Amino acid sequence: MKKAEEIFELIKSSFPGVTVELSADMPTEPIISVDPLKVHEICKFLRDNEDCKFDSLMNLSGVDDANGEKIKDEDDSEIIKGGTLSVYYHLHSMSLNHKITLRASAPRENPEVESVDNVWKAADWHEREAYDMCGIKFLNHYDLRRILMPYDWEDGSYPLRKDYKNPEFYNGMKVPY
Amino acid sequence: MGLLDKEFSDGNIVIAKTEDLFNWARLSSLWQLSFGLACCAIEMMATSASHYDFDRFGVMPRPTPRQADVIIISGTVTLKMATRIKRLYEQMPDPKYIISMGSCANCGGPYWEHGYHVLKGVDRIIPVDVYVPGCPPRPEALLEGLLKLQEKIKNESLRTKTA
Repeated sequence: MKKAEEIFELIKSSFPGVTVELSADMPTEPIISVDPLKVHEICKFLRDNEDCKFDSLMNLSGVDDANGEKIKDEDDSEIIKGGTLSVYYHLHSMSLNHKITLRASAPRENPEVESVDNVWKAADWHEREAYDMCGIKFLNHYDLRRILMPYDWEDGSYPLRKDYKNPEFYNGMKVPY
Repeated sequence: MGLLDKEFSDGNIVIAKTEDLFNWARLSSLWQLSFGLACCAIEMMATSASHYDFDRFGVMPRPTPRQADVIIISGTVTLKMATRIKRLYEQMPDPKYIISMGSCANCGGPYWEHGYHVLKGVDRIIPVDVYVPGCPPRPEALLEGLLKLQEKIKNESLRTKTA
């Protein structure tokens, strides 16, 4: 059983030159922020390392941080420019009985995060949902399609983004009340 | 039904208007499309089960639209499902009837404002005969809705479909 601080040190020493940060003063559990383009490598390490053995991805979620600049659109609705979108990974080791939370924040304009679907199979549909709802692009995912919304839903329209605007019509059906 | 009003005294001949006979036959064996969408479907299944016994009104589930008379829209109609519902409805033979069950199917229900994925009322894609309010409606309410539909069918004319 290891603490988040120890795992953080382990990642830091195993991946020199990769930005890793620990936010320990959280109301919930400590979060380790990692580079979105190194996620696959780090997750594979966390799964296979003898001291970590994170054999289970409990949850993977996409989050719109909405920390960019809020500006008014032509039609007076608010849109967000800049800032980040994040992916949170909740890992658990069944053999060592410890948990950890990872965060990968990618720029809102091009939210690319490496896929971990070949590290934990459970990530497959979770990543598709994060893509469907927040528009996070998972690199190297073998089947990155929408999972909940219809396949022909408007490109670039992601419902759980904070500046999402519902379309007036979908396939000839009026959407607003 | 007024069907037995003009019974001859020997009991072997019954005279009825074709309209009445057809309407009586239709309303007495409404086969519902075996199909449910959300929590309302649980209540619909309860209505079908022994305690409320939908079958005593001639309603039984039929798992093909080609042999179904009535479709009960029991639950939230998402935009993704809406296209499929329309297709199921189009596959049903005439005369066909629609019961919209519960607030979601009636008008979007709790999803009316922020339900980006919900069709605000199934009547936006198919013509509804009877609306059953409730969230979800109790089986008694659905039975009431069915009786209302039967009433509607009873007064139908052969030339114009009113229900």
